[in-house]
Amino acid sequence: MASCLHCGQELIPGKEVDGQYCCAGCHAAHDLVQGLGLDLYYQRRSIDPTARPLIPDADESAKVDFALHAREKDAGEQALYLMVEGLHCAACVWLIENVLSRQPGVTYVRLNMTTKRLELRWKTGEADPNQLVHSVTQLGYRLVPYDPARIGDAVSAQEKELLKCMAVAGFSAGNVMLFSVSVWAGHFESMGWATRTFLHWFSALVVLPAVVYAGRPFFKSALEALSHRRTNMDVPISLGVLLTTGMSLWETIRAGEHAYFDAAITLLFFLLIGRYLDSRARGRARSAASHLLALAARAVTVLMPDGTRKLLPPEQVSVGSTVLVATGERIGIDGRVTDGVSDLDTSLISGETLPVQAKPGTQVFAGMTNLSAALRLEVTAVGEATLLAEIVRLMETAELGRARYAAIADRVSRWYAPVVHTASLGTFLVWTFVIGAAWQSALLTAVSVLIITCPCALALAVPVVQVVASSRLMRQGVLMKSATALERLALVDRVLFDKTGTLTLGRPDLLPGEWTQKDLDVAASMALSSRHPLAKALARQCPEAVPRKDVTELAGLGLESDGLRLGRRAWCQVSDELEGGEGPEFWLVGEGRKPVRFAFEDGPRPDSKETVSALKKMGLSMELLSGDRPFAVQALAAKVGLEEWRAQCLPSDKVARLEELKQNGSKPLMVGDGLNDAPALSAAFVSMSPSTAVDVSQTAADVIFQGDRLMSVAETLHVAKRASNLVRQNFALALVYNMITVPLAMAGHVTPLFAAIAMSSSSLVVILNALRLGRRG
Amino acid sequence: MTNLVMLIPAALLLGLLGLLTFIWALKSGQFEDLDGAANRILFDDDPPAKKPESNKDSEKS
Repeated sequence: MASCLHCGQELIPGKEVDGQYCCAGCHAAHDLVQGLGLDLYYQRRSIDPTARPLIPDADESAKVDFALHAREKDAGEQALYLMVEGLHCAACVWLIENVLSRQPGVTYVRLNMTTKRLELRWKTGEADPNQLVHSVTQLGYRLVPYDPARIGDAVSAQEKELLKCMAVAGFSAGNVMLFSVSVWAGHFESMGWATRTFLHWFSALVVLPAVVYAGRPFFKSALEALSHRRTNMDVPISLGVLLTTGMSLWETIRAGEHAYFDAAITLLFFLLIGRYLDSRARGRARSAASHLLALAARAVTVLMPDGTRKLLPPEQVSVGSTVLVATGERIGIDGRVTDGVSDLDTSLISGETLPVQAKPGTQVFAGMTNLSAALRLEVTAVGEATLLAEIVRLMETAELGRARYAAIADRVSRWYAPVVHTASLGTFLVWTFVIGAAWQSALLTAVSVLIITCPCALALAVPVVQVVASSRLMRQGVLMKSATALERLALVDRVLFDKTGTLTLGRPDLLPGEWTQKDLDVAASMALSSRHPLAKALARQCPEAVPRKDVTELAGLGLESDGLRLGRRAWCQVSDELEGGEGPEFWLVGEGRKPVRFAFEDGPRPDSKETVSALKKMGLSMELLSGDRPFAVQALAAKVGLEEWRAQCLPSDKVARLEELKQNGSKPLMVGDGLNDAPALSAAFVSMSPSTAVDVSQTAADVIFQGDRLMSVAETLHVAKRASNLVRQNFALALVYNMITVPLAMAGHVTPLFAAIAMSSSSLVVILNALRLGRRG
Repeated sequence: MTNLVMLIPAALLLGLLGLLTFIWALKSGQFEDLDGAANRILFDDDPPAKKPESNKDSEKS
């Protein structure tokens, strides 16, 4: 099938513009790109099917005034920070940057492909920000202004800080090794004390500032924990590093041989690497989900009593006034239809894929999209009183109620730190009072106990596994948003699925029935001229159909052509005696034809049955929670092999069910996609959401999986279980290592060389063990 | 001993140079968009010089 030259979408025969475009907007956009001499773009780009297609918005009515968002930059420049929606590939970045940089007055354009954020600067007064933005929105991208001080900058600043600390620690660790290796080599070659002390002083020179600088992330977090009378992993780390450095300095001053500068700084370096990778892996998932567009933020067209139209923000519309909703527009208020017949896309609110007919009297809610014809509404609720706001509130309450989960590393450090510190103190006391050694040498031994138990392996045990696991999952299109998601996933014992869009594809497919191939040909040839999901399903079933001419679409009813009608039962005047059935249907009627019924069904994802049996094999119980009617839910449950199901669940019912499960000590995983699932996603012990889900659900979910495959759920659980095994193994390894080395340290047999070897080997063992997770299987 | 006095500062200086370069790169934002930078290299042509006249024409068309 031919596709549109600009947006690449399939063309609907009979409705194309100029034979090559799907709409006038795409035509104009293509001309604009060509006019600027940038048509190389079309050769270079690769369309990402998961991104929004590049169809320019037809209605410019509900526009934001970008001039209000422009900020004064220095030297007569203004800047605008925008989030770009609809970015497909690097060619899009190239196109946007080129289009903007050719506008007069523009001084700087930079689009960050990773975060999808655009910075635009121009000379004050020489360009109109709305015009500049328009040149990009004309191409089909959507731009949303954001406040750079509020969004994401805190995270990226923290990451930058970690990277700087890591660089300083790495530099210092490398250079200190230079001196340390000389000292160790000199130990066997009888290096004189003068040279050794000389090298120690150099080490101190390099390490002391580096420890102060690069250790800050740990010191800060440790201080914070201590001031709240808690301990975390950073307390023993900070204490270990500081004591090691302090003692080494003391040894250097009195020209001793026990300087552990290298141990202190390598420890910091390793830990910073782990922490940086960890923060990056999660930062990526965050930027994928932070693409939150305010759902109701678009202006509403209000019809004033005197007949004029006025654009108002939704919260300023008063109840009882009349609002106009154009085709394709998202409704911003709750209301009742007073005039017009159309189809509404209610997927955001109810999770249902099929459009609902709207006619005078129908109750509509904010968040629904008007599909086929203009509607006139009487406002019944606005802002905080809308159903949409209600659902978001429900989600926030559920979020608050979620018990804070303590990461396993914090739980370990809770007993680890006291034990280590007691052991060290005990060593000191025994050496001074029982054995009667000088307090200086006793202190030396005590500190060496601290160094050798140094939490390197322990502190790396969790983050390394997390990094390996999340990068492996990321390769399979699964993004971890929460730091403890992996640990929580490993504990899951029950999986709850939403129906539409999660277990199913969220797209109706034609069912076999009493129609003939000929009927299908006729129906498909009419259906080709409609974008209604059922019509699309018909057309998909019969790709060779030739489009009919003179097909008229009657919003909310069906299609008509030459006395033939394809559409709703009532509109086709099919008598009630005719055998029907449940579920979505289209009827085809015409003079001298027997009425034919086409039934449709939202089919399960191809691998949902497989996934269910894989999860069963893992010993998990499962349940289907849906807002749909019982018969549809039961049919799907039977098809994919689920024994338990609940139908007609409201968002609050789903939350209640999850609370009930949690009360009974179960740890439920919720998988869902619709806005109606968002509260349940926040209420569950851990939650997953497909990347096709609405923004709010993606924000509520802990894990997001991409693509059509539901199997990702089983794979993620599998990886999580293995990861938690590896974490436990790592803790065991660290423990074994400590059990061997701590007695040696207590006995005072530890030298700097021994410490360096023991420490790095234990870290290496832990890292290598974690890497096993990277392999498939 | 004398060669140590020479070599150690030299080694430290070189290392420090590398560190400073890294921090400079970080400050100038070169680590901010790793995906974009990897792809940008494929589009070798710089944005052509501004041509305000032709620009206006094309917008009308």
